[in-house]
Amino acid sequence: MSISREDIEKVAVLARIRVDEAQISALESDLGNILNLVDELSAADTANIEPLSHPLDAVQRLRTDEVTETNQREAFQAIAPATEDGLYLVPRVIE
Amino acid sequence: MHNKSVAELSRELESGKISSVELTREFLDRIKAEDKLYNSFITVTEDQALADAKTADEQRAAGKASVWTGVPFAHKDIFCTNGVATTAGSKMLANFVPPYDATVTANFRAAGAVCLGKTNMDEFAMGSSNESSFFGSVTNPWGLSSGDKRVPGGSSGGSAAAIAARLVPAATATDTGGSIRQPAALCGITGLKPTYGRVSRYGMIAFASSLDQGGTMARTAEDNALMLNVMAGFDPKDSTSVDRAVPDYTATLNEPLKGLRVGLPKEYFSDQLSPAMEQQVRNAVKEYEKLGATVKEVSLPHAKLAIAAYYVIAPAEASANLSRFDGVRYGYRCENPQDLNDLYTRTRAEGFGDEVKRRILVGTYALSAGYFDAYYLKAQKVRRLIQQDFINAFKEVDVLMSPVSPSPAFVQGANTNDPVTMYLEDIFTIAVNLAGVPAMSVPAGFVDGLPVGLQIIGNYFEEARLLNAAHQFQQVTDWHQKLPQ
Repeated sequence: MSISREDIEKVAVLARIRVDEAQISALESDLGNILNLVDELSAADTANIEPLSHPLDAVQRLRTDEVTETNQREAFQAIAPATEDGLYLVPRVIE
Repeated sequence: MHNKSVAELSRELESGKISSVELTREFLDRIKAEDKLYNSFITVTEDQALADAKTADEQRAAGKASVWTGVPFAHKDIFCTNGVATTAGSKMLANFVPPYDATVTANFRAAGAVCLGKTNMDEFAMGSSNESSFFGSVTNPWGLSSGDKRVPGGSSGGSAAAIAARLVPAATATDTGGSIRQPAALCGITGLKPTYGRVSRYGMIAFASSLDQGGTMARTAEDNALMLNVMAGFDPKDSTSVDRAVPDYTATLNEPLKGLRVGLPKEYFSDQLSPAMEQQVRNAVKEYEKLGATVKEVSLPHAKLAIAAYYVIAPAEASANLSRFDGVRYGYRCENPQDLNDLYTRTRAEGFGDEVKRRILVGTYALSAGYFDAYYLKAQKVRRLIQQDFINAFKEVDVLMSPVSPSPAFVQGANTNDPVTMYLEDIFTIAVNLAGVPAMSVPAGFVDGLPVGLQIIGNYFEEARLLNAAHQFQQVTDWHQKLPQ
């Protein structure tokens, strides 16, 4: 199966990865090859087969709703690109 | 000392023949002198290691030592280490200094082991040659005399190369599709990928969460057992950790193999395997027959679909896991973002390497509206068929044996043009991750002077049986003792 330029542009938007014009041709070929590889799946007979999402078929473990972690805001924000007054800074969203 | 195993070094420390500080300095000196050639370390933590070694010596003097107290080792740079850079081989995390320890890291710390640093790896563990690391390729210590630089395999290529070059006696590793077994095979060392859920994933930077599993690398099976004793166990901080008793993996190493039922999956002795490689694997199986094992052919009829299923499931999960790298809370941020979207898209375009971007894009595509059923759901159904193959095989045999990789270590750059060629490197290892069963790579011979690995696959939670089988093989062979020139 091939993948079109438009598909790649759309997926790049969804994945929030900037892709420039020069990269698209290479991606068309690389992603097309990968999709060809995975197209083998379509030939497999999977009628009445339950999908497997976890090798041990485990379910989400629950715990009691209580505080188990201490607040480490300073430690976490010390490694952030930009903070101010305990908040993470990003470019202005609302004028 | 640097040629000794973890078990031997532990005895030397216990007897007082050498101190941990002396031992640590010896390995640090080797790294300084030789790692320019291999590039197997991203970070060397010299000061911390020497301080930890001093503490270990004090512990031992006070009679409070465990097997690991004062023994040097290294972590794959995917395990978070409090206060020490943890990069996952990516520009995205080149400046990331985690404020916490992974559970695996904490376990080794508690055992008193001395971490010498963080080993190189394919970016976010995506690769089979260690050529996708932002910090440069790793060179395999084997095959250098021919004048070519060969890959160590990947993604745990730094750990494998460092052990093969005797820069460290043991190192942690992770395996999502073969990332422990394939580099172990290509570097002539012993590696174990445990059952999914056996080792905590907390603080282990995520690639594909339903496949990722931390594991062990060292020269001998015995050392792998010593490592797993430290690493395995239930962790409430990992939602998929398994709450199940952990045996002493060293206790059963010397069990006789008489009556062990070995299955050879016929799909893994296909024409993708070179005759020279096949010969080495079959010779290893003959050794097992001499040790009393019975051998029969078995079938994993859906094994041929494993690569296809994996390259839907792994990228899909990666695209979700790696969405957290947004340039806001930690890690790389692009210069002068114009707006929030520019911040996200440019940070991710500049911070991720090509292979990581390819997989995020494929995964996003497979999960996008209109394609989810055809790709992701279909792959998960095929995954169950693959798992069923293993369940059926283990009704007839105790372990499966096969090659690890279709060929020995290849020359750097040979497989980098087409991602799909590289993916086929994992053709014999990937089904194991989809099923979630444990498997090892054990040194089993040479082809053209390059190491060949024997893969031993076990049923769920049968790590002890695999280690026993590998250890017994290493009592009658010396492939794991061979040194690169």
